[in-house]
Amino acid sequence: MSFFNQVFKGPQLAYYFKKISIAVFIFIVIVAGYFFSQLFFDLSKFSQFIFDFVLQRSNYNFAYFTSSIIGALGIISFVGLVLLVGSWVERRVIAKFQIRVGPNRVGPFGLLQPIADAIKLMQKEVLVPAIADKTLFLIPPVAIFLPAILAWGPIPWAPNMSYLNINVGILYVFAVSSLTVPIIFFAGWSSMNHYALLGSMRTVAMMVSYEIPISLSLLSVAIITGTLNFSEIVLWQSTNSIWLGLFMPFSLFTFFFASTAEINRTPNDIAEAESEIVAGYHIEYSGMKAGLFMAVELGNAVLLGALVTSLFLNGWFLFGIEKFVPPYIIFIGKTVAIYLLLIWLRATFPRFRLDQLMNFAWKTLIPVSIINFFVIAIEVTILNQFQSTGILIYIFALFNIFLFLGLIVVWSKIFSVDKFQPEKIQPKFAGEIGGLEAMKGVKSVD
Amino acid sequence: MDSVEKLLIQYLPVLIAAVIAFFLVFSALIGSRLLAPFSIEKQKADTYECGMIPIRSANTNIGIRFYFYAILFVIFDVEALFIFPWAVSFIALGPESFIFMSIFIFILLIGLAYAWKKGALSWR
Repeated sequence: MSFFNQVFKGPQLAYYFKKISIAVFIFIVIVAGYFFSQLFFDLSKFSQFIFDFVLQRSNYNFAYFTSSIIGALGIISFVGLVLLVGSWVERRVIAKFQIRVGPNRVGPFGLLQPIADAIKLMQKEVLVPAIADKTLFLIPPVAIFLPAILAWGPIPWAPNMSYLNINVGILYVFAVSSLTVPIIFFAGWSSMNHYALLGSMRTVAMMVSYEIPISLSLLSVAIITGTLNFSEIVLWQSTNSIWLGLFMPFSLFTFFFASTAEINRTPNDIAEAESEIVAGYHIEYSGMKAGLFMAVELGNAVLLGALVTSLFLNGWFLFGIEKFVPPYIIFIGKTVAIYLLLIWLRATFPRFRLDQLMNFAWKTLIPVSIINFFVIAIEVTILNQFQSTGILIYIFALFNIFLFLGLIVVWSKIFSVDKFQPEKIQPKFAGEIGGLEAMKGVKSVD
Repeated sequence: MDSVEKLLIQYLPVLIAAVIAFFLVFSALIGSRLLAPFSIEKQKADTYECGMIPIRSANTNIGIRFYFYAILFVIFDVEALFIFPWAVSFIALGPESFIFMSIFIFILLIGLAYAWKKGALSWR
């Protein structure tokens, strides 16, 4: 009896009830999710059904048109959902890293916070500077949204489930995402603001520099798979039973690091270095327009997760689990994992300086990825001599991992940043008046 | 003609998605226009410069180092676009093509080493 009293006192009863109800809720969600997922296991059947339904009542072109409109709506609604949920996830997770609560007032667990933010942003005044180039100032917030959505096209969600099944998938994503560069420059230049101009020049220089390592890392993906189609790349990884990220870790690292520079995420977000250029290229944009810029940054982070998943992490395959769980759920799960990694990076790392970033791109990443590309080309030549890749591909993968570690160490030892600089950067005036005498005992930071 | 049409109709979904996305963004901006306050004060339309009245136009000269990077970028980006078709058909072309492509990349690497030596890559 005393035991009963101890366990089921007023507040404790509520505590246990809460725990049990959460457990029951999770169980119901898992069971319902299983049946739901079995019902919607292959979404391509639905699209095929719609296509056939329209085809019976009209001609082929109209059916094609209708199904592409439905696909576009699907992609855009997914991106919209990502923008809403992603901003909530990012703020909550960052809050967990910084040991605070995060948004938890609007709706359950603060889930409605993004919607409240969107309504607030809409009600804010949109200022246009008097001396700005009015037409050019209007274009960027609208135009920067298009690449962020169009680049989702060739992403393979599941077998037979991608919006654009084209043979030049990688080149298409590369081309579409490059459109961001001139748009950012338009935004900075048309603001007629010193900070915006400087910020956009820096951003464009950095994005342009990091596009080359990205293309070199994608070349090594193309040379081993022999295709640029995303679905075929995923299938290649499954038939050879190796993840490309394991086979060429340096390409994965290059692609990931350089892409964080492309999308202005935190180790490399010098586009908005507050202490130097206030807010970078979108300094003059306010209200909904600034909101669109921020939304695009968030959407691009999730897009990077999807690209890394399909190119390097074997897409919708996960050790046979894809037979029980819908493949697109696995794909989204991997994407979200990469996105959480990005949030983790944001919470952990400080911002790199611009000169560090540029030096790293041109003096380390580009030469080393060319070496990496050659090594992989030689390995592909050797692999093609044999009928089946078999155990050899794992030996090469192990070799590549050690090569990756060795290249970084050796390259940073031999070609340190200052090696080929024609003149040493020194504070001239301080040297002339003897200020460097006092600095002799101090070790240089560089 | 027929094959060209087939190729173009592959990219029709891109156009459709672009149009729908454009309308989505445009409706957000229209909503902002309808909901947001709208003032015509002259002071508010000044460009931002840390609270001061802006000095000079921002339409100024830009440092030469940006152009170095732009030129190098064009060279290497075109290089990458040349290599992509080769990389896709690498297995079919055989090992001889590897030697030709290495000569091509080696020439570009000499260019990169020259730019490095001249100090075009050091951010000052």
